[in-house]
Amino acid sequence: MQYHQAEPWGYYVPMRTSMVSDPLEKVARLASESAVVVFSISSCCMCHAVKRLFCGMGVNPTVYELDHDPRGKEIEKALMRLLGNSTSVPVVFIGGKLIGAMERVMASHISGTLVPLLKEAGALWL
Amino acid sequence: MLGWTTRSNQEEHKPGDKLQRRLAQNREAARKSRLRKKAYVQQLESSRLKLAQLEQELEKARHQGAYLGNASNSSRVGFSGTVNPEIAAFEMEYGHWVEEQHKQISELRKALQAHITDIELRILVENGLNHYNNLFRMKADAAKADVFYLISGKWRTSVERFFQWIGGFRPSELLNVLMSQLEPLTDQQHTNVCNLRQSSQQAEDALTQGIDKLQQTLSQSIAADVMGVGGYGQIDAMENLEALEGFVNQADHLRQQTLQHLSQILTMRQAARGLLALGEYFHRLRALSSLWAARPREPT
Repeated sequence: MQYHQAEPWGYYVPMRTSMVSDPLEKVARLASESAVVVFSISSCCMCHAVKRLFCGMGVNPTVYELDHDPRGKEIEKALMRLLGNSTSVPVVFIGGKLIGAMERVMASHISGTLVPLLKEAGALWL
Repeated sequence: MLGWTTRSNQEEHKPGDKLQRRLAQNREAARKSRLRKKAYVQQLESSRLKLAQLEQELEKARHQGAYLGNASNSSRVGFSGTVNPEIAAFEMEYGHWVEEQHKQISELRKALQAHITDIELRILVENGLNHYNNLFRMKADAAKADVFYLISGKWRTSVERFFQWIGGFRPSELLNVLMSQLEPLTDQQHTNVCNLRQSSQQAEDALTQGIDKLQQTLSQSIAADVMGVGGYGQIDAMENLEALEGFVNQADHLRQQTLQHLSQILTMRQAARGLLALGEYFHRLRALSSLWAARPREPT
């Protein structure tokens, strides 16, 4: 088969520009840029709870409020698919690794694995 | 008696009147005292009977799954609404749960006094933990049906309600109750329990602050333009209310995780003692509620 360059409707070349990049790629990039990253929505109270949890531990998380992001809705959908949850936020990354939503964060704290993760990522000392 | 004799010597001329009056006063005082004592004993007796009656009613009501609750030990002002069958089912299931809890506590007590093997003890401990897991499962279903019912604590006794935190017990408080009962702990165990207590305290604080924020947000949205004619964003308010279920679920999840992790820190025998202590503690809260409800009250 032959495809005319002038009429590219015969096949599609995905364009890897920032305009149409996968929202999860943006998530991964943002997650790797700080020790503790929280994807949040400013009106979400569970997000407020997870932020307070970190602050109470002396950790200063980097928070991305998705309702203030032009691509926020896309990212929300992507996070929901990633975690298989019915709510999109909060989602927590530590040291670039996905921890999960509130339930996972609390389970990790109770089992004593959260603090070592935070120390490893450089978010907590002593 | 010495003063009495002296006085009667002094007033030899009229012994009759004053003496007779004093004797009469004495008799009257003694009679009144006897009557007061009799009344008090009768009050105690009738309170005892009333308590027994209330306990019977309580048991009956639980078996019948009375959704409308026990008027004797709860003051439900302004209860309205239709009977929710899932909530009625929860009430009944919970009644059975409490009965089963009593049985397990008795078994644990006997087992710890006797010389049973670690394997048999393990079965009792796992049953005990599973029993709590069943409660959390029941509560999750009830939260879906009516989160306000769950969070009101209507399904619990009055003293339990006094200690309530987001629809159930406060994990860190539980650890406080248990810590003294679980001695002797190794140094490592002691450290682990202290860390667990601190972690659960921090998680509790975070959830509490989340719910406070929810209250604030809801209040603000309801109060929007309250003197105007346009109404307010009811859809937003409804979304806020839906978020409450999430908090109740997270609180129960925290309770479950705390119990689970504690059982991992402890030896089998310590875990058995811990379950016994916990069960007995909650039983005492319930019993105290009954006692309070049956207390003799002054007629107003």
